[in-house]
Amino acid sequence: MGALVRVFRKEFLENLRDRRTLVSALLLGPLLGPLLFGAMVSRMLSQTVLESDEPLSIEIAGGERAPTLMNYLESQGVRYRAVRESAESAREAVRRGAAAVVLIIPADYAPRFAAGEPAPLFLVADSSDSQTRKSAERLHAVLAGYGSRIAEARLKVRGVDPLLGVPVAVQDIDATTAAGRAVVVLGFMTYFVLFAVLMGGLYLAIDTTAGERERGSLEALLSLPVARSALVGGKMLATCAYMCLSLAINLTAFVCVLRFVPLERLGMSPDLGARTAIEFFAICLPFVPLGALLMMLVASFARSYREAQTYLTSVLLVPTLPIAFASIYSLKAKSSLMLIPSLSQHLLMTSILKDQPIAPLDAALSASSALALAAIIFVATSRHWRRETMLG
Amino acid sequence: MIEAAALSKRFGAVQAVCEVSFRAVNGEITGLLGPNGAGKSTTLRMLYGVLTPDSGSARIDEIDIRGETSSARARLGVLPHASGLYANLTGRENIEYFGTLYGIARERLAARSADLARALGMQSFIDRRVKGFSQGQRIKVALARALIHDPPNLVLDEPTNGLDVMAIRNLRDILKDLKTQGRCILFSSHVMQEVAALCDRVVIIGRGSVLADDHPETIREASGSRSLEEAFLKVLGEPEGLN
Repeated sequence: MGALVRVFRKEFLENLRDRRTLVSALLLGPLLGPLLFGAMVSRMLSQTVLESDEPLSIEIAGGERAPTLMNYLESQGVRYRAVRESAESAREAVRRGAAAVVLIIPADYAPRFAAGEPAPLFLVADSSDSQTRKSAERLHAVLAGYGSRIAEARLKVRGVDPLLGVPVAVQDIDATTAAGRAVVVLGFMTYFVLFAVLMGGLYLAIDTTAGERERGSLEALLSLPVARSALVGGKMLATCAYMCLSLAINLTAFVCVLRFVPLERLGMSPDLGARTAIEFFAICLPFVPLGALLMMLVASFARSYREAQTYLTSVLLVPTLPIAFASIYSLKAKSSLMLIPSLSQHLLMTSILKDQPIAPLDAALSASSALALAAIIFVATSRHWRRETMLG
Repeated sequence: MIEAAALSKRFGAVQAVCEVSFRAVNGEITGLLGPNGAGKSTTLRMLYGVLTPDSGSARIDEIDIRGETSSARARLGVLPHASGLYANLTGRENIEYFGTLYGIARERLAARSADLARALGMQSFIDRRVKGFSQGQRIKVALARALIHDPPNLVLDEPTNGLDVMAIRNLRDILKDLKTQGRCILFSSHVMQEVAALCDRVVIIGRGSVLADDHPETIREASGSRSLEEAFLKVLGEPEGLN
């Protein structure tokens, strides 16, 4: 036990003097997520808010063929510019990016409209561009409004109640709470939190294993009268300490950044205060030794720092898999899923964001499954360290 | 005293060490001499217990290194072939880290590292970070690290590698001092002059087996050679150069 503490202290202090470790573990890893996230969310929010306020501006070819429609568009606040385009040239212009949305009124519009037949309109837009797709959708809605108004007038003229043409009336009732809506946006956050946990320990996991071998200090260390499990344990604790620091910095940064994000403008009010941060910390804590040991075990097989880094990039992806899986199948927290580390942390944190209560059993299962797996990897790592191949 | 008794070790198809037996006694410097790849490092690694022999045993002061690893290691200082240091720690911190892992109490540790700093001439650089150390300074720190628990036995694997002439001479003096303190010193080398200048006893090893084990002069005379270098080549049986 004494040796374990001494190994821990040395690894902790030594890495505190390493600028590379500090930058990656305590700056880049934990702060990247919140900053990226803050910027992303503010941009998303300001876009949604701006788009509905901004007048829709489009280009129209052949507007003189449909004066009533033009009047209607103007009354709906649609700004347009008259252009001379055929369907072909408009498509080309949109593709080049010279025009965003083009409405073409073809020559047979007027005669067909007058005859009471469906009058053709061409709407040219690039649906792969989210901006113009939204404009096109808005224009669609305006045109549908125009269509139903004309239909109503035609029925009235023929003495038919226009309501006969509306057999059902669907109303959307959105059941998500404000916090629930926020979750869609904050969904990424759990990934960034788990990423910060792993990044915090990445350099120590490498430095204390593959790094020790590369700089040639491993053999001397292995010839000391110290149990290999004490070496692994001390190194793991130091790695865990940095991971906890990284996690704490990460959560603090999230709380700070989200203060500045105008979530309430979309009617969201996720209560992300110190309390949530502490709950997140507690949820992630059992994942810390698991992540540390997983990285150390993988890095123990590498001969050099570089090789270990290559291996560990794939380990950093491990926590994303269950989270991606969870969002594809929109998994909800249930006890059986609590047995899968990283997924369970994701689900528990999401529950907190959604303001849903967490069953104590779920929290206990999540923690104990992560710790049990960590214990297994600890035994595997210690066993590997006892092998002769460890000398390299 | 360090004792190898019929040590054998095989790596896959290669018999790296075969039935190697010799004894290094207190108050003497024993040289393990052999060309590259002869099995010197493998033999030493079995002696300090990081490799397990396929057969045979290694004993430190009559204690089996496999049986009672901790008490055997407590009586042994090791300077492996790769003696890397922790670049972000100072020389003293490097030395004392190993001291704490040997279980030495704090006060005794401070006194001990101060003694070693004086004995090895490290006062001017011991409190600087290892990052900018010369090879000679590094070897001194690594040697002090191996001596921190005041072991009666010392194993050094090619300690003069990469050292300049001044540093080699310096190291030689240090080893002689350690010998006069009554310690048992076993070191490996492929450089003849080094062994001739320093050793009381030479164990010549080639292709994993002991080929000669005696005083340097006796080996020279027995082979009828004028120099030890010539004797070495004769004992090996062929000019094992760069093959």
